[in-house]
Amino acid sequence: MLEFRLKAYKKWKELKCPEWAQLKFSEIDYQNIIYYSAPKFKKKLNSLEEVDPELLETFNKLGISLTEQKQLTNVAVDAVFDSVSIATTFKQELAEYGVIFSSISEAIHDYTSLIEKYLGTVVPIGDNYFSALNSAVFTDGSFCYIPRNVLCPLDLSTYFRINDQKSGQFERTLIIAEENSQVTYLEGCTAPQYDSNQLHAAIVELIALNNATIKYSTVQNWYSGNQKGQGGVYNFVTKRGLCVGHFSKISWTQVETGSSITWKYPSCLLVGESAKGEFYSVALTNNYQQADTGTKMIHIGKNTRSRIVSKGISAGNSKNTYRGFVNVNKKAIGARNYSQCDSLLIGNLSNSNTFPFISVQNCTTKIEHEASTSKIGEEQIFYFLQRGISLEKGIELMISGFCREVFTELPLEFASEADRLLSLKLEGSVG
Amino acid sequence: MNLKLPVLEIKELRASTNNNEILKNLNLTINRGEIHAIMGPNGSGKSTFSKIIAGHPAYEVLSGDIIFKGSSILNLDPEERSHLGIFLAFQYPIEIPGVSNEDFLRLAYNSKQKFFNKREVDPIEFFSIINEKLKSVNMSSMFLSRNVNEGFSGGEKKRNEILQMILLEAELSILDETDSGLDIDALKIISKGINTFMSSNKAIILITHYQRLLDYIKPDYVHVMQNGKIIKTGTSELAKKLEIKGYEWLT
Repeated sequence: MLEFRLKAYKKWKELKCPEWAQLKFSEIDYQNIIYYSAPKFKKKLNSLEEVDPELLETFNKLGISLTEQKQLTNVAVDAVFDSVSIATTFKQELAEYGVIFSSISEAIHDYTSLIEKYLGTVVPIGDNYFSALNSAVFTDGSFCYIPRNVLCPLDLSTYFRINDQKSGQFERTLIIAEENSQVTYLEGCTAPQYDSNQLHAAIVELIALNNATIKYSTVQNWYSGNQKGQGGVYNFVTKRGLCVGHFSKISWTQVETGSSITWKYPSCLLVGESAKGEFYSVALTNNYQQADTGTKMIHIGKNTRSRIVSKGISAGNSKNTYRGFVNVNKKAIGARNYSQCDSLLIGNLSNSNTFPFISVQNCTTKIEHEASTSKIGEEQIFYFLQRGISLEKGIELMISGFCREVFTELPLEFASEADRLLSLKLEGSVG
Repeated sequence: MNLKLPVLEIKELRASTNNNEILKNLNLTINRGEIHAIMGPNGSGKSTFSKIIAGHPAYEVLSGDIIFKGSSILNLDPEERSHLGIFLAFQYPIEIPGVSNEDFLRLAYNSKQKFFNKREVDPIEFFSIINEKLKSVNMSSMFLSRNVNEGFSGGEKKRNEILQMILLEAELSILDETDSGLDIDALKIISKGINTFMSSNKAIILITHYQRLLDYIKPDYVHVMQNGKIIKTGTSELAKKLEIKGYEWLT
């Protein structure tokens, strides 16, 4: 492991911070970052009454249950709902099926052979500046292994939400789905997360073998800075899935609403024959937020398929960029891709860009690309108002209509939360 | 509610948009049970007039007053005016992508219920309410699952407006060129819907260019608007005369 880290550090020293994105931020002082922070011990509170009322108000608007509110704010929870015991129950249930789900630091000790075989195979150490940094210094993260012929009995989201772990700013996730297995994983939470760490450079690696399916969903709502654009988290993440087996499938769904800067492209390498990659994204930016996000679909195997549905919403003075790369290799006979990129502008100062890059090297490929840009206009709003529908309700309805195709991909309980999250994020930005 | 009060009184109204004065000293009184037609050449201020009553934010009232059911509405938001009973059927109904007609109609209905502290209805109850109303404009329930006005034909859009008027039980309905772009059959359906809806405690303003509509909906008064004010008022005979002679003889 030490070797892995040292190699990564050397590589990182050689690399430069990339500048091609549509983002503006001042240089990061890497000496000034605490590279290993053990999970912080937050002050225990005795009841919800001690919590910032504004935060509770937000939770209520999102419809988060009381128990979960308590966990998120670190209020001591009744014995029945104790997160550790629930987590243990989950772990036992998973273990019956042979599913391994643990922190990556535990996995390095307990499942060394799996880690050695797979870690860094999808996102190589020297892949990019931030991945090298992460490989050198990653603190913790999750490891998940689904054995052959197992349909993971739980959405790993459930566990994850209850076990609100602080894994630090350099998170590393590795998910391996063996032949004929299936797993759904959810990262993040709709509740706002305040964090003093400014730079987050995580890596997520997914590996799907023959006939395996991995569905990875993210709902992200990190602190995005104040209305003037000061503060906020930089979220520079490398997420990549390797569909190595035939008929394997990896599906990314993301709802990005937080962070002052988001820079990430969850991608799929479609190597196995008839492998399938999907990317569903809603990225919302407001105030001075910036997002440069999209996906890469690399078609290598025969009859590989990919589908991209990206919805960008920009309000305030924000910048929202979709950047996509669809590459069809010479050998990817019969490959197909469908991309749809829709942008919705709110107000006159927001900015939206789409950079779809398509490279096709064989003539049997079918590629479809659709793009649209629309604006929530004064006349639409007046139409709602004239029918007695308030501004907030009207916008909520339009936004949820705009995002429906993506939200249907989310686990059910998150779809409605995501809906409310978006309207909450847009509160006061129109009119 | 005093039913003897005029439903709408417009007093010496002057209004502008982008520093351009469009309504110049407009006066008009409308009682319950009356249908008023407003005609006039293009650019005379008819559509502006309808939007100002509904409270469109792009227009500014310079002086004068709009009194609805006895009190001034100048300081009210568009949605409050709507709840109180003012309805505007748009000349060009707005398309709202991604929002189903049914959700839109239910939200409008429930917003009004809520305003009057009445119980909001759930989707199943609403379905039976709206199904009843659909019949009055000859629309099938298929219509509900489509997005609001998106991909609707001209006739369907206008029928959808009338449907909303009926659903919200508007006390004062302003129909801005609801007849334009309609074929004869659609015009008949819409007129029938409007006539059935009209009653002694409601009032309707029809803004139109064509006497044709007035064959189906009989107005009590016909006004001619020009250059931001009403220059002549008469009965339906006036509309017939305008159809033949145009507007020039009036000035």
